[in-house]
Amino acid sequence: MENIAAKLLWTFLGLLIVLNWGMLKTSIVRKIVARVGGRYGIRWYQPWINLIKLYGTRGQLSHGVMFYLGPVFRIAGGVGLFLFMPLIFGDPRWSNFAFAGDLILLLYFKFFGMLGMALGAGEGGHPYSAIGVSRGLSQYTTVEIPFTLGIIALAVQYDTLSLTEMVAAQQGGIANWTIVTNPIASAALLFSMLGIFMHAPFDLVKAPNEIPIGPPTEYHGSYLGVLRTNAAIMHITEAVLFMNLLFGGANNWIELIIKTFLIYFITVFIGVVFPRFRIEQSVRFFLGVPLILGILAIILIM
Amino acid sequence: MSEETKHNNQPENTEESNKFPKEHLQKRTVYSPDGEKIEIDPLQDYYLQDRPERRDPRYRVVEKFLNWARSESLWILGFGTGCGSIELPPLTTPRFDAFRFGIAMRPTPRQSNVFIISGYMSIKTLKRAIRSYEQMPDPKYVVALGSCTINGGMYFDSYNTINRLDKYMPVDVYIAGCMPRPEALIAGFNKLKQRIKEGRAEGANEYVQRFDEYKANQKQIIKDWNMPDYNW
Repeated sequence: MENIAAKLLWTFLGLLIVLNWGMLKTSIVRKIVARVGGRYGIRWYQPWINLIKLYGTRGQLSHGVMFYLGPVFRIAGGVGLFLFMPLIFGDPRWSNFAFAGDLILLLYFKFFGMLGMALGAGEGGHPYSAIGVSRGLSQYTTVEIPFTLGIIALAVQYDTLSLTEMVAAQQGGIANWTIVTNPIASAALLFSMLGIFMHAPFDLVKAPNEIPIGPPTEYHGSYLGVLRTNAAIMHITEAVLFMNLLFGGANNWIELIIKTFLIYFITVFIGVVFPRFRIEQSVRFFLGVPLILGILAIILIM
Repeated sequence: MSEETKHNNQPENTEESNKFPKEHLQKRTVYSPDGEKIEIDPLQDYYLQDRPERRDPRYRVVEKFLNWARSESLWILGFGTGCGSIELPPLTTPRFDAFRFGIAMRPTPRQSNVFIISGYMSIKTLKRAIRSYEQMPDPKYVVALGSCTINGGMYFDSYNTINRLDKYMPVDVYIAGCMPRPEALIAGFNKLKQRIKEGRAEGANEYVQRFDEYKANQKQIIKDWNMPDYNW
């Protein structure tokens, strides 16, 4: 596609779709968790109302420049992840700005928002923010190791660092999907996916009601609105990443929506079944079986 | 540790110095690891020093829409002050399931917009309740639960509890009873929703407008006022 303005417009439209699908997914997941607990749960449009209310908060205060920039960095990480993620295979309109080495850039963008948030939450000055940040970063560091090992294994297998080429190699039926052709690397990636989504049992970072809400303890009003917007974008984009890596990508939006929902549903299913891990337990977990699987995937692919 | 701490303002034996007896609220000079001299005045540096300002609704149509959103998204501050707080957890259980009505619990005052004073309020708790109330971003609403918040209830002659809550913070909705059941609580929330939608729930602005009056009332009750006047 030659025209950059048209390209930007399509990307923006894609962002809008992904944002709204992310919000809807949030309420569907909340409803499922409520049904498991025997409740009706929230109304399906509740996340949008919450967002409107948060952006409409009148009294807001700042603890300093970095406090203000924390959510900005976070959403920059989320949107950056989205910008370089090919959504629909074979359609240049929905391929965003995917290029030959996008996988490395995506790995970077995944960590970028987290670090920005750590700095911002730190300036909030609340002790629970600091506890949440230290928990989040130590858990994520251990999640990254099997994740990166799995990605390197896939990069060696497909001999490319481009997501589009990886998806192209998986076309032609389920037998060509990475989850079938390379189950060990896929297992390492799926284990790390549980940590990346930070759903239960790995949700101690935000630990509702225990350290009140983790890093965003001091964030309110439109700061929190930005964080919630980012969470909606980020969850879907990360699910798209795993869809592209393991489940053969998507050829149209319906396929994308179904696949991302099912991928996210894996974590929800595990979350409602298993209780929450403490932070040292989850660190030990990710440095155990997932790490061994990651190393095994590398050895087998060599 | 190369850090040195010394207090240059030792408390004197006057009434004024006893106003803030806490050591961590004293002015002090701190030397950084590089030898840099840093003067710290906690009451100046750690808390905001501005008086609160009125934030009036500006555009009627926009405000009407926002008020609808606010009324349908009530985030409660999980702060139980008296025996009434035992009536709050059932709201999240399958029997009452307040999530259906857009009601959710939030653990921090920064993110909540409804403050439930659940039952009697002792003087010690009042201090914390005021700080929590002032930390909530406006628009914020107060729901007073139980008879104790209206006229003192069965603690009307207690030496250690307040009798009328609305002398210390503006109250939007009272739920009478001892104790009111969760159904009554949900009915109270519906009343609050109605009030917000009509644009009458401007308690935060009322608090700002009658700030001196509220502060005088609070200070009359709280004898050891060792916190700044403006602490949001």
